[in-house]
Amino acid sequence: MLGFSSTISRKYLMAITGLFLCLFLVIHLLGNFQLLLPEDEAQLQYNAYSAFLSGNILVKIIAYVLYISIILHSIDAIYLSFKSRKSKKTRYRYDARKRASKWYSRQMMLLGVILFAFLVIHFYDFWYPFKFGELTLDQQGNKDLYQLVIASFQNIGYVAWYSVAILALFFHLLHGFFSAFRSLGLYHPYYAQIIKLIGVIFSLLICIGYLGIPIYIFISR
Amino acid sequence: MPMKLQLKIWRQKNSDDLGKFNTYELKDLNPAMSFLEMLDTLNLQLIKNKEEPVEFDHDCREGICGQCGVMINGIAHGKPKNITTCQLHLREFKDGDTIVIEPFRAKAFPVLKDLKVDRSAFDTLIASGGYIGVETGQAPEANTTPIPQEIAEQAFDAAACIGCGACVATCKNESAALFVGAKISHLAALPQGKAEREKRVLNMVNRMDELKFGHCTNTGACQVECPQDISVLHIAKLNYEYLRAKLKK
Amino acid sequence: MAKFIAAKIPEGPLEKKWQNYKDQAKLVSPNNRKKLEVIVIGTGLSGASAAASLAEMGYQVKSFCFQDSPRRAHSVAAQGGVNAMKNYKNDGDSVQRMFFDTLKGGDFRAREANTYRLAQCSAALIDQAVAQGVPFAREYSGYLSNRSFGGVQVSRTFYARGQTGQQLLLGAYQALLRQQAKGKVKIFNRHEMLELVCENNTAKGIITRNLVSGKIERQAAHAVVIASGGFGKIYYLSTLAMGCNASAIWRAHKKGALMANPSWTQFHPTSLPQSGSYQSKLTLMSESLRNDGRIWVPKNKKDARNPNEIPESDRDYYLERKYPSYGNLAPRDIASRAAKEQIDNGFGVGELKNAVYLDFAKAIKDLGKTTIQKRYGNLFDMYEKITGINAFKEPMKISPSAHFSMGGLWVDYDLQTSIAGLFAIGEANFSDHGANRLGANSLLQACVDGYYILPYTLQNYLATQIDKPKPAAHNQAFVDAEERVKKQLQTYLNTNGTKTPDEYHKELGKLLYDYCGLSRSRKGLTYVIKEIQKLREEFKTNLLVLGDTYQINSELEKAGRVADYFELAELMCLDALNREESCGAHFREEYQSDEGEAVRNDDDYAYTAAWEWTGNPSQPELHKEKLVFKNVSLSTRSYK
Ligand SMILES: Cc1cc2nc3c(=O)[nH]c(=O)nc-3n(C[C@H](O)[C@H](O)[C@H](O)COP(=O)(O)OP(=O)(O)OC[C@H]3O[C@@H](n4cnc5c(N)ncnc54)[C@H](O)[C@@H]3O)c2cc1C
Ligand code: HEM
Ligand code: SF4
Ligand code: FES
Repeated sequence: MLGFSSTISRKYLMAITGLFLCLFLVIHLLGNFQLLLPEDEAQLQYNAYSAFLSGNILVKIIAYVLYISIILHSIDAIYLSFKSRKSKKTRYRYDARKRASKWYSRQMMLLGVILFAFLVIHFYDFWYPFKFGELTLDQQGNKDLYQLVIASFQNIGYVAWYSVAILALFFHLLHGFFSAFRSLGLYHPYYAQIIKLIGVIFSLLICIGYLGIPIYIFISR
Repeated sequence: MPMKLQLKIWRQKNSDDLGKFNTYELKDLNPAMSFLEMLDTLNLQLIKNKEEPVEFDHDCREGICGQCGVMINGIAHGKPKNITTCQLHLREFKDGDTIVIEPFRAKAFPVLKDLKVDRSAFDTLIASGGYIGVETGQAPEANTTPIPQEIAEQAFDAAACIGCGACVATCKNESAALFVGAKISHLAALPQGKAEREKRVLNMVNRMDELKFGHCTNTGACQVECPQDISVLHIAKLNYEYLRAKLKK
Repeated sequence: MAKFIAAKIPEGPLEKKWQNYKDQAKLVSPNNRKKLEVIVIGTGLSGASAAASLAEMGYQVKSFCFQDSPRRAHSVAAQGGVNAMKNYKNDGDSVQRMFFDTLKGGDFRAREANTYRLAQCSAALIDQAVAQGVPFAREYSGYLSNRSFGGVQVSRTFYARGQTGQQLLLGAYQALLRQQAKGKVKIFNRHEMLELVCENNTAKGIITRNLVSGKIERQAAHAVVIASGGFGKIYYLSTLAMGCNASAIWRAHKKGALMANPSWTQFHPTSLPQSGSYQSKLTLMSESLRNDGRIWVPKNKKDARNPNEIPESDRDYYLERKYPSYGNLAPRDIASRAAKEQIDNGFGVGELKNAVYLDFAKAIKDLGKTTIQKRYGNLFDMYEKITGINAFKEPMKISPSAHFSMGGLWVDYDLQTSIAGLFAIGEANFSDHGANRLGANSLLQACVDGYYILPYTLQNYLATQIDKPKPAAHNQAFVDAEERVKKQLQTYLNTNGTKTPDEYHKELGKLLYDYCGLSRSRKGLTYVIKEIQKLREEFKTNLLVLGDTYQINSELEKAGRVADYFELAELMCLDALNREESCGAHFREEYQSDEGEAVRNDDDYAYTAAWEWTGNPSQPELHKEKLVFKNVSLSTRSYK
């Protein structure tokens, strides 16, 4: 790929796409907070917001960048892990290497696969019906995505699966956030430390945010 | 207090052989003995029984040459952190323990025999750019270019790598990022190394990929097992230098 | 009657000799250089620096080492530092002073012209190393820092933390690999030289064994350089690496190269004592510890108390007592011998009663723990790693250990041995250190030989080889040598006795420690020569080596090395017996003053003893190189 032939360049790509996804996570979460408004208000505002997003050209561009990011990030993940997979001869017969690192840093692929599955289902559940499906309209004539979301979040199975995915996201970010900065060359010991701290806080906030909404809805409605 | 140990050691005739574990018993060991001396003792016992001794790499036996290195109970250079295999002593084990001993494994480090592996890929890496291209007789007076003490110390921290390969052996991706990062960081820190800065990092990274070393996931395991405690921040420095060189190009 | 040999020292005043030599040395034109091949055995500081420099000049170089990478040569283990006359401290250092210190340190048994040249070339080495990226210690100002080191009054030792050898070696190694990438050097790692091939007493190549495939290979070249390091490992317990050996130089010796002063071995006073019969090496603790540590033994032999509980009045600080002005900083040979005396007299401490205490309690009290931590923290850590003891709480236990071979292949001013086309550099030759090496001078010598001297002197030789027929590996001499090597290896395998090479090595080492070590006597030497002969005969018939020659076989490698040690050991004893004087590290009990100090005999022994192989290891032939001192007056070394 153009200038992305070496493993290090591939990691730049992973880091940039990963960080872009992080940014998106924030924006998406802010949008989702509208679900917490009082019920009537929430419905109208959330649907209006969704309609606005789907109409805006700038948002459209960002959305495409987002799709491409997910795809590139995933392709790179697969490419890199495929490249560095252990051969039969290089697999340890007795292995205790795990004591030297965090489990989630070694299981980024597993966490990523969960995320990928989640994203696919998420798109299928919300994005696809919203874009192409037949949804009822709300009072203002916007597609009523709100009802769809609320309905899903009242299903215990759905909330459970959603929580698992967010937890996977939490651990993916716990390692991924600071790792991305390191991949991009942040070598200063002091700033590296700060980024590590920010990474932990960020992962926690994202996790609490995304988990809080469905749980709140599940309990309160 | 004499110790008894059971050893499960990887035996492999040559690089084509499939290899397997053999189990051996050792009695009357002194806890003050070093791990390699224990292997010496085992070999003596084996030879006397007309069995072929276990081949392993070692030379200085004081933690500086980087020639020793095996997986001990699944950990590169054994359980204590930041030491070499030759610095490990039996007092770290308990009487009656079973110790599993395997060679370092990586695609770039084929096993030669038993616990000996071929790490010449590291030499190939250095040859691809890990130097400053000054020839004998060209050097200017050393003190014409002062180097701030902290820069010299930083360069030393990176230069201390002994090339043992534990970082590769312990990495889930078999990455040589710590080894290469240390060299890049050492030479990039010094004013003398600036002229070849971009060329060096581009060549070394290319060679690293060609030699089938994996990428870096930043798990940090390498530093934990590195006898010289080389900081993973040198990997960040490697990434920085590579990006810088790419952008300049 | 011994024959006299000459070192071909150039004419002119001492300080002009090297320049005169360089001005007149023959040159080879660049297009001819690529047709000339050079073999360099060894990739330590001397070998790597020589190979890299020669390749840069344009010669085709083949570089050999037995380790898996050139970077592992034992130069890597040097901790203390490297000397160079820079006079950065403005403390009155000069080439003349460095020359004198080295000569005096060597107890006036080195060749003036060589020693002077060493001092002259020293400054350039620091420039070279810094340009290569060696991270020497620096002041806050950014300028190079240095310190003073054993037995001299100026600060001329440059260092890179406790890993000076490693950093210098990495510089040379990287330069070497750079030439490899350019195709000028071919590196043969995991190869051991097993034979020198000569035609008409001229070196034409070597026979090596590929230590992985077991293949015996012929290597031809226009010149052969031996840079195989020291052979202190002959004592088995030493500060050297397990693979260090005398084989390269010994096989050359058996082809006619003279061995000079083989018995002169430096014992390092501050290494860790042996803890059991399984022990394989003695780790060196940097000598700098003696700056703040105090050495003592209990006054009472039977004192079994924990050292911390022994009161001052029951301690004997014997170095401070015997050498009030230098005290704990007395030179290596003196400190080592004093320790041995205490141990031999039963005052040794530790389980095996084979050590003396090195105590930091006073320094910790006077200077504070943080200062000591800052100065020696890494050494204390290393001590704890090996012994499990925290030296902040309990004194260290140290003992002397075989460390450095001042002897080696005899070379002339050109560093050429008595075989034409065979050169020896670094610790493998005997040249610059006399009877005792000054701390931090041998890294220097290895580098200077390789970077600055050999490139001129070897070229001077190669210039005579351009129109000679190219050495060819299919010549009869090579075929014969290969056969001999194969046969010899097979002999080790066929003996099928009961004792391993290591077992013999340990026994031999013990004999040498006891009778040809820190102190020697006529009686002891005569006795031990017989013992060595007996053991050697037993070795020939009772050796046990398993496996075959067609694969990795460490025991087979060891067998060859030990076989060579057996012959060399006898030569060492004969050499020690021959020298009826005490000088430097060579202490003959018969020749000491009333206070137990060494007594030199300049009238009869101001010569280098260079031994020729005659086919019978018990009857070597002595050649003498007279040492002429025109620029210094011989004084008695005194450190009282
Ligand atoms: C523990 C220790 C600490 C020291 N500290 C200092 C110090 O602080 N300052 C100082 O100035 N000096 C010090 N010295 C001495 C100094 O390190 C050595 O004298 C010097 O490094 C020798 O360099 P060399 O190139 O001659 O040999 P080495 O570095 O020993 O290299 C020998 C080379 O020869 C090769 N070789 C040997 N035999 C064969 C064979 N048969 N076939 C093929 N290859 C072979 C080896 O593979 C190796 O590459 C120290 C020595 C020791 C042991
Ligand atoms: C919301 C979605 C995601 C976000 C925010 C995200 C974020 C990140 C970040 C920031 C990194 C660090 C990059 C680096 O080390 O340089 C990373 C690494 C990684 N991601 Fe993701 N990611 C997401 C989805 C995915 C998916 C869908 C997959 C897999 C199919 C995946 C697989 C990986 C893997 C394997 C790594 C580690 C790469 C390595 O070995 O170095 N991620 N991710
Ligand atoms: S970085 Fe550390 S673990 Fe890796 S080769 Fe160097 S010393 Fe060994
Ligand atoms: S043998 Fe040299 S580092 Fe272990």
